[in-house]
Amino acid sequence: MAKKYRGKWGTVIGRVIGVLVIVAGILLAASLCTAALRADNPVPSIFRPHSTPADSIVHLSRFVLAITALIFLVVATLLTYAVAKFRNKAGDAQREPAQVYGSTQIELAWTVIPILIVVVLFLATARVIHAIQDAPKPETAVEVTAIGHQFWWEFRYPALGVVTANELHIPVSDPDHPTPTFLKLLSADTDHSFWVPQLAGKSDLIPNRVNEMWMDPHSTGIFLGQCAQYCGTQHAKMLLRVSVDSPEAFQVWIDAQKQPVIQDEKETVGRRVFETTACVNCHAVGGTNATGRFGPDLTHLMSRRTIAAGAAENTKENLRLWIQNPDAIKPGSLMPAMQLTDADLDALVRYLETLQ
Amino acid sequence: MSSDVMAIKTAGASGKPWVETLHEWVTTVDHKRLGILYILFALIFLVIGGIEATIMRIQLMRPHNDFVSPQVFNRMFTMHGTTMIFFVAMPVLFGFANFLVPLMIGARDMAFPRLNAFSFWLTALGGFLLYFSFVGGSGLYGAGNAPDVGWWAYAPLTSRAFSPGHSTDYWTIALLISGFGSIGTSINIIATILCMRCPGMTLGRMPLLAWLNLVMSGMVLLAITPLSAAQLMLMVDRYLGGHFFDTQAGGSATLWMHFFWIFGHPEVYVLIIPCFAFVSEIVPVFSRKPIFGYPVMVGATVCIAFVSLSVWAHHMFTIGMNSYANAFFTITTMAVGVPTGIKIFNWLGTMWGGKLIFKTPMLFCIGFLFQFLIAGLTGIMLSAAPFNWQLSGSYFVVAHFHYVIVGGILFALFAAFYYWYPKITGRMLNESLGKLHFWLFLIGFHMTFDVMHIPGILGMPRRIYTYEPGRGWNTLNLIITIGTFIQGIATSVFAANLIFSYFKGPRAGNDPWDAWTLEWSVSSPPPEYNFASIPTVASRRPLWDRKHPEDPDSRYD
Repeated sequence: MAKKYRGKWGTVIGRVIGVLVIVAGILLAASLCTAALRADNPVPSIFRPHSTPADSIVHLSRFVLAITALIFLVVATLLTYAVAKFRNKAGDAQREPAQVYGSTQIELAWTVIPILIVVVLFLATARVIHAIQDAPKPETAVEVTAIGHQFWWEFRYPALGVVTANELHIPVSDPDHPTPTFLKLLSADTDHSFWVPQLAGKSDLIPNRVNEMWMDPHSTGIFLGQCAQYCGTQHAKMLLRVSVDSPEAFQVWIDAQKQPVIQDEKETVGRRVFETTACVNCHAVGGTNATGRFGPDLTHLMSRRTIAAGAAENTKENLRLWIQNPDAIKPGSLMPAMQLTDADLDALVRYLETLQ
Repeated sequence: MSSDVMAIKTAGASGKPWVETLHEWVTTVDHKRLGILYILFALIFLVIGGIEATIMRIQLMRPHNDFVSPQVFNRMFTMHGTTMIFFVAMPVLFGFANFLVPLMIGARDMAFPRLNAFSFWLTALGGFLLYFSFVGGSGLYGAGNAPDVGWWAYAPLTSRAFSPGHSTDYWTIALLISGFGSIGTSINIIATILCMRCPGMTLGRMPLLAWLNLVMSGMVLLAITPLSAAQLMLMVDRYLGGHFFDTQAGGSATLWMHFFWIFGHPEVYVLIIPCFAFVSEIVPVFSRKPIFGYPVMVGATVCIAFVSLSVWAHHMFTIGMNSYANAFFTITTMAVGVPTGIKIFNWLGTMWGGKLIFKTPMLFCIGFLFQFLIAGLTGIMLSAAPFNWQLSGSYFVVAHFHYVIVGGILFALFAAFYYWYPKITGRMLNESLGKLHFWLFLIGFHMTFDVMHIPGILGMPRRIYTYEPGRGWNTLNLIITIGTFIQGIATSVFAANLIFSYFKGPRAGNDPWDAWTLEWSVSSPPPEYNFASIPTVASRRPLWDRKHPEDPDSRYD
């Protein structure tokens, strides 16, 4: 008798735990969804698209999610029903149930129906693949070459004569007069992947290979992303910011980037430090003898909000720390610690701050 | 550790000195002992791989955490992946195949007993070499120890320019050697199943476990060979000045991807098909009905094996293939869902109208069915190439394949442990500890891997040692980490149960589950020669025929 009760309570507790887990899961999912859907947060969710490719992916995703959710509901209901209904009842253990070996009709049904579902899913998918990958490039498109480096991004605008790093500026695209941005993706070393979830799906940057992708942002703002293909020690801090500007703001930015660097005569000490140390091996400053290409172009360094591929804010303190000891911000980055005296370091930072 | 446990086992029985017992185990060519060696080997590596996972989860518990350095974190995910696939999942499945296949087809041993031992020791050497990299990996270069190139080791990260020292070489050689071990064991399983069946056991009467292991072994031959070829090419690149994957000299990074994934995707099915086999043996026994649609189950498995050989590039949707290639790999990948669905429906059909008995093995099987269903459906999402451009390389993918490997493979394996432990050791596992293990693991699993889908959707890439706050990932990662610890506790309960029951568990007898396949007709543990006289069978369920002479299966065969 006691044993029977214990068994009964065991199942009751089991069911209660099961129900609690499910309820907790639903509550958690609901709270997360509401948090993620608030309009003002910077979460780079793939379900908050701001560009045509990202948008059509969301449409396809909703369709796929709906079908898979339906399949889940049907199959999980059947499974749950079977588990609840056909449990062995006490006192009935001696007799074996009817031995059924199979049924050709049923097998046929659950082969044909999934095949039909697969055909539908495939056709819907193929349409979106074609729409995104085979989209023609309009005359008005902005062309950018993105080059992945360990662990930062180089952006070159060949038609506009601009070179920058880590923070991509592109114009917003008006559906009536589209100015989409077409990216040509290259790599200087290992594999990388360009992923800004709200603007487009990811595309890899692979050495010895040219890949292409495009996006036509519908609204201005800053969109966050990062490298999505493991590329070495500091893969985690290879961050990416895309600034979508109004056409006017974009033109202003381009014009400013095209300006040669204005040398401030007061900072000649810092400039001499820069030009006589290893800095110039890797970094370029337009119009000077610094023409290195292993590191980001510094001509308009101060026009960027972040340094070290988004790992730190572009402030005086961070610049100083970064030059003195890069490992403090980004351990394993390829920037060496420059071992400068305090006086040289201060002068160098002052010089960098003139690179507007 | 393994030798201790085993020494106790036979020392108690025979009173032989432990050195002699150890010698017997090291030189054994008995399929049951080799099976146990494989399983113990895998369990040790399961603990190591689990510790590596825990280190990663502690690091990712909150943004900008500094529990480990990026270098250590990158080694941890490389070693975790490599260990879990090559030195946990494959050996434990080979272990069960080794132990069970001859018993289930009425044979006295595998076809090539010495090849069997040779294959096991190759695998063991591979595992040892992989971990020896912690000592020898840095070489004379002062470079990092232990491989940090990721378990799929994409070129050109593995070239000498990006991976100085010897850590990548240890990784390469470890997989090459254990790969030869896997090939040897597969040849052995195929030969055993095709040539060693007892009288009356036609292919159509074989237990599904034998069928599915036959298919799995065939896939190992097709999948491991390109991986071994790629490892050899990588060694030529690193030591003989070759340029297969050396992009700085004009080599191809995508060539490695193709080689790796034409191994890597079939590998998933190499791991899941034996687990299908466990479920196909356990669900019928605890439903008290034969498997529903046996021929369709065999057909669906063979179909999965074939189709899965043409889906590899769905791991490469983001590398810039043209739209036709992307569409092709979308349809082939979705097509795998059809035979896989058929299998789920057939297990459902087996349970339908049965009398379900909820012992621990059955609980794990039911967990498997629900979780494998979800894993399959997230797989369908990932197969739609444009959706994949968003999800690939993100935590959504990590959640998806852990749903397959933990929610599917590991749950089926736990079921197999609870089901066959009595046959292997002669003692039952403790049922209460088993249920505690099941519920704890279920809660931990869902906390970790259900939640893990969400940061992927919110833009969190995989393989990052730290992340920025303010992107909506913080709370989610904390929940995932807590779930990991619950899984760790559950696994400790399991380990305690394995050890406790070995000494104190009730005696199992020949046939504790009232089952129907041949392994339950012999004593537990089975005698060295398995069968005193080779049995003759007349149907798929020889023990059913013996127990129900009034209504034997053979009447309908």
